[in-house]
Amino acid sequence: MNAIIQAYGLTKTYAQGEAAMRALDEVTLEVRRGELMLLVGPSGSGKTTLLSILGCILRPTSGMLRVLGEDVTGMKERDLPAIRRERIGFIFQAFNLFPTLTAAQNVALALDLKGIGGRVARTRAVSLLEQVGLGNKLDAYPADLSGGQKQRVAIARALAGDPPVILADEPTAALDSHSGRAVMDVLKTLARERGRAIAIVTHDNRMLGYADRTVHMEDGRIVADERAEVLEGAVA
Amino acid sequence: MRPRISELAWRNLVHDKVRLLVTVTGIVFAVVLIVVQLGLFLGFVTATSGLIDRSHADLWITAARVPYIEMGVPYSERKLSTVLATPGVVHATKYIVRFSQWQRRDGRQESVQVVGFDADQALGAPWNVVEGRATDLKLADNVFVDELYKDKLGVSRIGDVFEVRGRRARVAGFTRGIRSFTTSPYVFTSFKNAQDYATVPEDQTVYILVTIDPSARVDDVRRALLANVRDVDVLTTGEFSRMTRVYWMFTTGAGVAVLLAALLGLVVGVVVVAQTIYATTMDHLREYGTLKAMGATNGYLYRVIIQQAIISALVGYSLAMVVSWFVVRGSVKGGAAILLPLPMAIGMLGLTIVMCTGAALVSINKVTRLDPATVFKS
Repeated sequence: MNAIIQAYGLTKTYAQGEAAMRALDEVTLEVRRGELMLLVGPSGSGKTTLLSILGCILRPTSGMLRVLGEDVTGMKERDLPAIRRERIGFIFQAFNLFPTLTAAQNVALALDLKGIGGRVARTRAVSLLEQVGLGNKLDAYPADLSGGQKQRVAIARALAGDPPVILADEPTAALDSHSGRAVMDVLKTLARERGRAIAIVTHDNRMLGYADRTVHMEDGRIVADERAEVLEGAVA
Repeated sequence: MRPRISELAWRNLVHDKVRLLVTVTGIVFAVVLIVVQLGLFLGFVTATSGLIDRSHADLWITAARVPYIEMGVPYSERKLSTVLATPGVVHATKYIVRFSQWQRRDGRQESVQVVGFDADQALGAPWNVVEGRATDLKLADNVFVDELYKDKLGVSRIGDVFEVRGRRARVAGFTRGIRSFTTSPYVFTSFKNAQDYATVPEDQTVYILVTIDPSARVDDVRRALLANVRDVDVLTTGEFSRMTRVYWMFTTGAGVAVLLAALLGLVVGVVVVAQTIYATTMDHLREYGTLKAMGATNGYLYRVIIQQAIISALVGYSLAMVVSWFVVRGSVKGGAAILLPLPMAIGMLGLTIVMCTGAALVSINKVTRLDPATVFKS
């Protein structure tokens, strides 16, 4: 299956006093295997809401969402953690690492949620951190890492469960341009070489060059959906 | 290597030393407060019925409708022979507890409670005797007082002579830790002296203490005594102890005040613990949100938070017990005893864990309702 995430007519409405605020309005899109998709648009356009729904941490008011072909829209609340655990990796703007755990333990924590522990978890955590160039920072605490290094730990953590989907919210916003590019290089490689479907919310125009596809949002709707060929032409 | 839940809980706690210090301090404060209040209550309760509980008697024969030990009414000591003749009775002895007046050398009068017992028997004898021997009380005018009340009674050493209701009283020994719930210290002496000191007529007693044959049933002996001896009540030691405790604790306002203070201590303790544990959980709210987003079940989060609460409880309890030990020790020579018996210490451990986990459950509610989407907010 090429389309790992399939969303049809996703709408999200929030009550705002007596009125209702429509954060997402009939959004339909697919995220495919090996594709790095950027979600761009002004603040309040619904990017993060869409990302939250795609990540099964927010329920749409209406519409349907399939993850790996399975309709998750009607699932019970208690079944959703397993979907997030097994199929989706998250990367956050503020890294959201556990300050009390070392880099390796942060990665192993994601494995712990899947019931994997001990040497297996350690080995896999070490391997993942080496993949993101942090083999020498296994026992460092987040406070001792730079922003770029923290985000790479977060990427390793997102990959720990070997999920087919990676969702990232402004992963480069807190980084300098060099670190931002390094992070995007890692994500691009994951999409290209590992076949992950990657959706990234960003305001950072410097990242456009990494995208296979850029989805523009405004007022909760998709207003443009551009493929890389078009983008490359535009950037050039 | 695997960040087991307990390790995550432990690291969450110890990562912020100041927060941990605040949490543990809150728990220590709460536990010590509860221990002191409950210990005081227990000390008071124990003091009210100490004479009864330590009497070694199985049954107490009182004048009819005596509500508590200090309110004994004299009756004919001839009933003693009837009691002794009752089937199932092994020993029976006369006993007096009555208020009287102690005159210090400087002329000041102090209210005391004269306790008169048969110095040839163990029934009703003083305990924790640290100087002198109980048999010394067979001698005329000899009395024992408790070390706690030396200053109050103006006693400095054995051999000091005073007056009790105008009659000579020579201090022949001391007990340790026999407190009176009233402000009147106990003065132990022979039954005969007590009659004089407490103006009990020569042919009367206030109580008869009875021990029964171990093979006899208490109810049978009691029935037999009631049938043989008129105008008396026959109470088991437990019953009389309970009546006395209930009187002092609940019929008067004294015990209620202490009990309310104990309950208040409990409530304040629970609130302090709840607040500190809640604040600790709130400090890590973002991390719990991250865990939820990563697919942690509510059960996983419960375990982390409850383990944090239990670790806090154990650390706080351990320190609190050290502090409490000093407080209890310091109270030994004070007017009000704070008791911390082993069952209470064990109970406090349970209570501390319940308080901490209960407080954690309040914050768990917050965590489980946490919108995992909050993790996307920077």
